[in-house]
Parts: sequence; structure tokens; C-alpha cells
Amino acid sequence: MIIDRRKFLKILGVSAFIGIGGWSTFEVIGRGQIEAFAEKYRKVPEALQAKRWAMVIDLKKLDEKIMNECIKVCHKLHNVPDIPNPKEEIKWIWIDDFEHSFPGFEHEYMSHEIKEKPVLVLCNHCDNPACVRVCPTKATFKRKDGIVMMDMHRCIGCRFCMAACPFGARSFNWKDPRQYIKEENKEFPTRMKGVVEKCTFCYERIDRGLPPACVEVSQGAIIFGDLADPNSEVRKVLSENFSIRRKPALGTEPSVYYLL
Amino acid sequence: MYDGWKIILGLLVFVAFVTLPFTLSTGKEYVKADPKIDTPEIQKLPESERKCVESKEFMRKEHMKMLIDWRDTVVREGKTLYVNTEGKSFNMSLQNTCMQCHSNKSKFCDECHNYLAVKPYCWDCHIEPKEDKKEAGL
Repeated sequence: MIIDRRKFLKILGVSAFIGIGGWSTFEVIGRGQIEAFAEKYRKVPEALQAKRWAMVIDLKKLDEKIMNECIKVCHKLHNVPDIPNPKEEIKWIWIDDFEHSFPGFEHEYMSHEIKEKPVLVLCNHCDNPACVRVCPTKATFKRKDGIVMMDMHRCIGCRFCMAACPFGARSFNWKDPRQYIKEENKEFPTRMKGVVEKCTFCYERIDRGLPPACVEVSQGAIIFGDLADPNSEVRKVLSENFSIRRKPALGTEPSVYYLL
Repeated sequence: MYDGWKIILGLLVFVAFVTLPFTLSTGKEYVKADPKIDTPEIQKLPESERKCVESKEFMRKEHMKMLIDWRDTVVREGKTLYVNTEGKSFNMSLQNTCMQCHSNKSKFCDECHNYLAVKPYCWDCHIEPKEDKKEAGL
């Protein structure tokens, strides 16, 4: 059979029509399967939304009592074990002195009072997180709202992220943490031996419409909000006060700011 | 056939070894997995609400896939609500939704998982509900 140009184009056109707009396409759309699929999982309507979550910690308003309160509530809520051996300790939020929290800011003639001033430190939820870049399994990743999250199901315990993080915000579970948890919070999981953990900006509370737990107990010393929103409280506070970040020269762009 | 008796003996040993699982289990009582869904939490619910997030048949076949989808959606996408085929929504959480009703982990989860020799590692991290061991028959 000889097919001329005209006939060939006709066949091509008809088959393309069937291929693109064929019965199967109508069938799928007709059943509303695509819509149903998109609707199956939803955010809670009251969930807090932002483009880049950030925290401003006002060190003038914080005393050690409030800091310890923040640590206590965070560690209790997230089943963080209390391991006595400092080499195996696990911390999401903790206290360090000024000199070690902000290396480069200190100098020889600084008063002891400032050098040893307690600073509340936690994961900085960097905009350019080194830990996320090195994770081989994408167990740690950056959410759309800027939170640097941990997916414990994927963590293989290689500890690259711990080597990459310049803030020491990550802790490794050298042993089963359950035996060191005095009182379990039944609403949150624990971790297992061999995974890395850190602060998650209370993603589970944000997704339910609540601010992070430490913000709630800080008596106004910690402000939480959206950096991308020019009218947010964090932006207001940052524009009106002098603020610093930890190790800014490393270029990780921390989202936790400190007021002195 | 050279060394025929050696070959035949070897074959006999081989056959006996391969059929060992069958020969050893003859006469033993066949225990079928018998998962239970009659927890006090479920009994307390009014008849109309005594339903899982999806149908029994679906859950039986697809629960493992569903749980993995739930975990990825919650952890990776930050979505926490599951809307089922009837349009009812549920908080996607193993610990806070599934186990609130199915508080009998040993009879609900382990019964079949042990029977099929599958070992899901959910409970390494997720906290299992406290069970009355005597009531569960352990």
C-alpha cells in the first residue's frame, strides 16, 4: 500500500486526537479522580502559615529561670531524654555563654559579666542550611515555610549533618533514649538508637495553629513570626532594635535573631 | 552407576533436609491469626461511629500503604488532615488516632504481624498504648 503525504497526515492527526483527548482521559476527569486525590490530604484550617519562620530572642528580658523553663517545656513535650553523660547528651534547646555563642564578638577587655552572660541557643533554622546540603537521604530538609525539619523515618545515622552544622544544634542517639525519659508525652514519638535529632520549631504545634512551646513560656522574651511579611512582629522588632545572629560570616543565614 | 549408593544416600539426606519444615510441623496444631477489634474504647463509641477511617476490607489490604502515605504527608508536607471516601476528616497520626481506638496492640497489630513474620519498626519510636497484659491473654 502506498501512503501519500495527505493520507499520512490524516492518520497522524486522528491518532494524535485519540491519544491526547482519548476516552481514557475523559474517564479519569469524568470520575473526578484528580480532584479527589488533591483533596484527600489537607492542612488544618487554623494551621499557622508563613514564608519564612523566624525567632527573635530578647536577651535583656531573659533570665536563667525563664530559659530553664523554656528548656524544660521543650524537652518534656518532645520526649527529649535526660542523659547524664555529657558525651551522649541530647539537647534541642540549651544555655551557652555569650563568648561561645557568638565567637568573634568577644575581645580581651570585655567584662566578665557579658562574656559569661547566659544565652539561650537552639537550631537556627538557617535559610541556607548546611545540614540539609550534606544529608544523603534527605532525612533533613527545609520546609516551604523555612523550618529545617527532620524525618526520623529516613535518618540512617551517618552524622554528616552534625559535622556540617556550625552551631552544634544536633544530637546523636548513641543508645536507646527511652530509658532516660522520665515521663513520656504520649502524643509525641520518641526517637530510636542511631538517629540524629534537633529542634523542629515545634512543627507539630504550628501545623495545629499554636506557636512554638518555648515562645509560649518565655513571657514575651521570644518573638516568633514570618520574616517575609513586612508587617509581622518579628520584622517590626528587627527594624527597631539592634540585633545579631550567630556566626553570620559562615553564610548559613540563621533565622534566629538576638537582641542585646 | 559408579558410587550409586553415595549419590542415593546424598539425595535422601537432601530430600529429608528440604522437607524438614513440613515433617516437623505435622501433628502440630495450626494456629490462625485472630486479630481483635473489641477494645473498650471502640465498645464505648455509639454504633453509628464505630467505623475505621476507611472500610474494613480496604484497611486490611492497604493499611501499610496508607500509613506510609500518612507519614510522608504529615512529616514532609505538613498536612495533617485525612479526608476519607465519606468526606469525614481525621488527624493523621498512628499514636493519636489509630491507637486511640485500637488500644490493643498485641491483639490488633502483633497477632497478624507475628503470623506473617513481618516486623514493622513503628514502635521503636512511636509510643504504644499501655495494655492490661492479663486481659490481652499474655
